[in-house]
Amino acid sequence: MFDESDNVRKINTINRRLFIITAAKILVFFGLTSRLFSLQVKQNNKYLTLSDKNRIRESKLHPVRGEFRDYFGNVIAGNNEVYQLHIIPEQVEDFRYITLRLKNILNLSEREFQKIHKKRKKIKAWETIVVSDNLTWEQFSKVNNYLHELIGVKTVLSISRIYPFNENYTHVLGYVSQANEKDIIDNENIKEKFVPGIRVGKTGLEKTFENVLLGENDIQRFEVNAYGRKISQLNYQKGSKGQDLNLTIDTEIQKLCTELLKDKAGSICVMDIFSGEIIAMQSSPSFDPNLFLFGINQDDWQLIRNNPMKPLLNKTINGRYSPGSTIKPIVALSALENEVINPEFTVHCKGHKHPLELYGQTYHCWKKEGHGFVNLREGMKQSCDTYFYEISRRLGVDRLSETAKKFGLGEKVFGELFENEKKGLVPNTIWKKNALGQSWVLGETIITGIGQGFIQTTPIQLCLMTAQIANGGYKIYPKIVLNNDQQYLDKYKPLFKNSKNIKIIQKAMFSSTNEVRGTSYKSRIDDPKYQFAGKTGTAQVKRITEKDRELDLKTFEIPYEERDHALYVAFGPYKNPRYATSIIIEHGGSGGTTAAPIAKKLFKLIIDRHKLRQSIKEKKYLDI
Amino acid sequence: MSFNNFSHELTLFQKIKNYDFLLLFCILILGITSIFTMYSTDGGEVLFHTKSHFIKFSIFFPMMIVLSFINIKYWHAASYLFYVLILGLLIWVALYGVTASGSRRWINLYFLNLQPSELMKIAVILCLAKFFHRIRTTSTNSFTSILVSLTIIIIPSILVITQPDLGTAILISFSGLIILWFSGLRIKYFIYSFLIFITSLPFIISFLKPYQKLRILTFINPERDPLGSGYQIIQSKIAVGSGGLTGKGFLKGTQSYLDFLPEKHTDFIFTLFSEEFGFVGSILLLLLYSIIIYRIIRAGLISRSFFSRLFCFGFSFAIFLYVATNISMVLGLLPTVGSPLPIMSYGGSSLLATMIGFSIVLSASINHRQNIS
Repeated sequence: MFDESDNVRKINTINRRLFIITAAKILVFFGLTSRLFSLQVKQNNKYLTLSDKNRIRESKLHPVRGEFRDYFGNVIAGNNEVYQLHIIPEQVEDFRYITLRLKNILNLSEREFQKIHKKRKKIKAWETIVVSDNLTWEQFSKVNNYLHELIGVKTVLSISRIYPFNENYTHVLGYVSQANEKDIIDNENIKEKFVPGIRVGKTGLEKTFENVLLGENDIQRFEVNAYGRKISQLNYQKGSKGQDLNLTIDTEIQKLCTELLKDKAGSICVMDIFSGEIIAMQSSPSFDPNLFLFGINQDDWQLIRNNPMKPLLNKTINGRYSPGSTIKPIVALSALENEVINPEFTVHCKGHKHPLELYGQTYHCWKKEGHGFVNLREGMKQSCDTYFYEISRRLGVDRLSETAKKFGLGEKVFGELFENEKKGLVPNTIWKKNALGQSWVLGETIITGIGQGFIQTTPIQLCLMTAQIANGGYKIYPKIVLNNDQQYLDKYKPLFKNSKNIKIIQKAMFSSTNEVRGTSYKSRIDDPKYQFAGKTGTAQVKRITEKDRELDLKTFEIPYEERDHALYVAFGPYKNPRYATSIIIEHGGSGGTTAAPIAKKLFKLIIDRHKLRQSIKEKKYLDI
Repeated sequence: MSFNNFSHELTLFQKIKNYDFLLLFCILILGITSIFTMYSTDGGEVLFHTKSHFIKFSIFFPMMIVLSFINIKYWHAASYLFYVLILGLLIWVALYGVTASGSRRWINLYFLNLQPSELMKIAVILCLAKFFHRIRTTSTNSFTSILVSLTIIIIPSILVITQPDLGTAILISFSGLIILWFSGLRIKYFIYSFLIFITSLPFIISFLKPYQKLRILTFINPERDPLGSGYQIIQSKIAVGSGGLTGKGFLKGTQSYLDFLPEKHTDFIFTLFSEEFGFVGSILLLLLYSIIIYRIIRAGLISRSFFSRLFCFGFSFAIFLYVATNISMVLGLLPTVGSPLPIMSYGGSSLLATMIGFSIVLSASINHRQNIS
């Protein structure tokens, strides 16, 4: 210790080593400083965002769905205020007691009761349990009576879809229901706006216009702590309601259609022959879309699903039918246009004893006794099959199909407006070669001429076809959404070679309804204000055998599934045509007895409402 | 005063004249800062942690001043005793200690839970400083001295590891080893042992407990389990990073206020400070520590005795080590090992040990002319 030289050595060592250590310390502190600089200054934005993400929770609220209105502005799919019942578990003293009380007050089933308890286990104490998303008025007032005893329970005002006209618009609008996984995957927009319990369109226009209708969510921004508890509301961003859509449909006529189709399976559609506006479009049977809003119960669903009349099918656009004799105006027109015949061309119909024979096959007219000598006008009027066998034989299927397609058969009427609208089928020789790999047979031409065989049409196509004959032969584009006008270059393009031919067809259709021996003579209206012209159709569901012909059973004697479909197409008023309609009653028997009388009731109302409709239209133009 | 007077007594006036007021001032500032930060961790209210920390600091700070007037030679004289006493406490802990969150670290003294391992950080420095103070340079590297000094380090380390508290054990070992370094142990020994450590690393890792292995994995990639083991470090980095240049402001740190920060009173207190006061605040805090470390080194440099010198250098390194490990840990540069930030972190034993260390340093600077035989 007292050795000076050792002391010096020791001091030298310690100082040298101190120097090294101090240098290391400075280096480390410098390193820490640069790390701090990198985190806090250079990457500040990144971490600031992360910190905000940590603490800010956005909660999206239900967007308010756009409404549907009819032509006159009546709400046909609206938004209804509903009362929901919420429980916030952390505010409840005794959860079991409170839920038991609610079970009694609301008459909840044991299953619903268990469901609440199951939910309780899944969520945090400060989150909300929705006990009911649609309290009836009775339940609501009952709960409100006891509310002071039910601490932690509250009634909340919410908005839900309502269809005030129940089954009237189901097939046009479709319905909304809770979004499922598929909806979210298929539609980016739904995914973005998704909140638990959001209702989205499942079918019909509700689905087609989903993105327009959906609206923007209100957004609440909360500051939350690490456990997700809300600390304070930072801001509230108001969303916007989805766009309202106006339809061209007249609810009064729509309601009449529903009534006329009551207890029947079938379809009615009515169209403005100049603008293509759909005035009414109903498929029967229908169902109440309100059932689907809060989840349909199993019984109701089975009832709808298992109904043999297929309420889920929109027959107007998804139903494919043989057009039967309603095709005859097109066959005749095609023959005139192609100058195969002239109006005075005459065929002798000899009845069942002497049917038309071709290559061993016989082709009967519907009338046992035969029509005698018929020209075009008589052939149409009495719907003589033999006459149309003859002219379609002369015409050939390819020329017929060309005309039919021109008038809108075999093609989607609404384009992509309705999902799975059917195209139908207008056959020709090329089609058969491609689709079936077989050559066309003359016999097939013959039956195509009376709307049987391969040819298939949807009721909306028949309506369009009739409308285009009624308006003098000009192309129109049907529409159902008013403010969804598209520009078509070939709108009002003439579909005929000679306008005289259209006139001839119109006159023939007039005679069919308004002259003695016409097939729908019984359904005529003499008052020129309402007078309409039409063509009946009776589409065979089953091939008629010789035995059937002998038996000659009445409609009600045949089993339901084997009865003919009754069809009727018409336009009116005859003097100054405005509207066209197509009516199909599945298994209704003959068109003249079942479908045509419906048109009579329909045209009365359609024409009565014409002035009103016109005044709205004029007002709309004035607004511009 | 004569150069070789080794039995002189300073008057009170001389003592005050020699007093390191700058160091005292820095410690006080740090203490006040820590109380305010603690106030912020309590969410801007005077709650348990703030109160407790305030009381402890207001007891320990005057205590430090009183202790600093004890002549350094008495510290020298009591060094072995102090070491043995703390070692005894560690053994006591091993036998009768209070267990909390899976480790047995504390002695229940009714008014506070004492954690002897924290005091051991100081004791081991003190003990080794005395040991090497007496040894001649020539015998520093002798087998016996190395064996004895290593024993002094290893016994408490093993006791602490078994608590288990790996972090503190590492800090104790490093505090001891640094004295060996200063006292002139051959550099090649350090290099050899470092190489041996590196090569045996896989072997050591196989002995680690699963949660310790997890910490190392998490350190390598915190994102592998963001809500589990990586949560602390990710949230801590978010807090620091979102502080920016000047911070979110006092009491406005959202990460801590909204409970995203774990252990914000203790090991992660720097995170909260850094979030609220930003880069500038953090640098100032580092600067404060740097001044403190510098003043400790200075006290050693002016000291005449090797004991003071060794202790001061050793203690300065210890303080540096605590600060560096703690901050590196919260910035994601080191795996999470429990190491408090001196004075800032909540924890009585750690504060007590640090204050005792400071009082010895202050004593050394008062009595820098004191020779110790």
